[in-house]
Amino acid sequence: MPLRGRREKQHVTDPAAPGSLRVRAIKLEDLDQVIAIDADITGLRKVDYWYELFHRYGTRGLQQRFFLVAESDSDIKGFIVGEVRDWEFGSPPCGWVFGISVRGDARLAGVGSRLLEAVCECFRRAGVDKVRTLLARDNHLVMSFFRSQGMMAAPFIALERDLD
Amino acid sequence: MKLQKNTSIALCSVLEAASDPGRQVSAADIASKFGVSPHHLGKVLRQLGRAGILDSARGVGGGYRFSGNAKRLTLMDVIDLFESISAMPAESGGKEYTTDVGRAIARVLSEIDETATATFRSISVDTMLKLIERDRRAREARS
Repeated sequence: MPLRGRREKQHVTDPAAPGSLRVRAIKLEDLDQVIAIDADITGLRKVDYWYELFHRYGTRGLQQRFFLVAESDSDIKGFIVGEVRDWEFGSPPCGWVFGISVRGDARLAGVGSRLLEAVCECFRRAGVDKVRTLLARDNHLVMSFFRSQGMMAAPFIALERDLD
Repeated sequence: MKLQKNTSIALCSVLEAASDPGRQVSAADIASKFGVSPHHLGKVLRQLGRAGILDSARGVGGGYRFSGNAKRLTLMDVIDLFESISAMPAESGGKEYTTDVGRAIARVLSEIDETATATFRSISVDTMLKLIERDRRAREARS
C-alpha cells in the first residue's frame, strides 16, 4: 500500500554512512545555514523565499514533500528539496527534485550523493519509482552530478517564450 | 546525430582504456574489438596521447594506458579534439542565413547544437563507465 499522503516523520539517516554525516528533515534552526549556502552559490540572499519554502516543504510532515539537510558536527553541509507530483505534464506520479546544493568546502565528499539517495528513498516510500529534475542547460556542474548518479534525459523538452 | 569516424574511435578507445586504468591496452586489441583499421586507429591514439588523455609505452607489452581524470574528462573534451559538432551546415555563413527564413532555421539549428553540447559536456568518462556497467548488468539479468 502506498504511503503517500500519510503523515510520517522523515527518517532518512543511514547508520552505515561514512563519517558523521547525517541526512535528516530540516528544522527551523537550520534555515540560516541553508540560506547562507544558497547565497554563497547564487550570490543572492533570498530569506523570504527560503522561509516560505521551509513552511511549504519542511514543516508539514506529509509524505509528498521533502526538505532534507546533510549535517555533520552541527554544520549543515547541504540540502535537497523535492516533491512527489501527480500527473504533471501528463506523467504518472513521480518524484521531482527542485533544488540541491552543497557547501563549497564540503564538495567531492559524497554529500550530494547522500542527499539524492535520501530523497529518492523518500520518493520510494511515497510509492513512486521515478525521479526527475530540471536544470539550466549551462549548469554543467549540477548536470554532471545528476548524470553521475545515473540520470538520463527525460522524454520532455522544456519550452518558454517571452510574454510581450 | 552521427559523430565522425575518428571521434567515435577516440571515444571507444578512451573508454576501453579508462575501464581498467592500470592496464596497458594494445592498439591491436582496440582495433580488433571495435573493428577499425590499425592505421586509422594509430592516428587517433597519437592525438589522444598528445592531449594527455592516453600514455603510450613502446616495445613488447607496450600499449596505451588511460592518463586522464575520469571524473573530470567529459565526452565533449574528447569530441572537441576531433570535430566541431554542429547541426549548422558548414556553409552557414552563406547568403541564405542573412534572410528571415535562414535566420529562423539557424535559430532552430542553434537550439539543437546547444542541447547536444550540454549533453556531451555533462557526461564524464566515469559516468560513462557506470552507464556501461549498468547496461551490462541489465543485459545479464535479462538473459
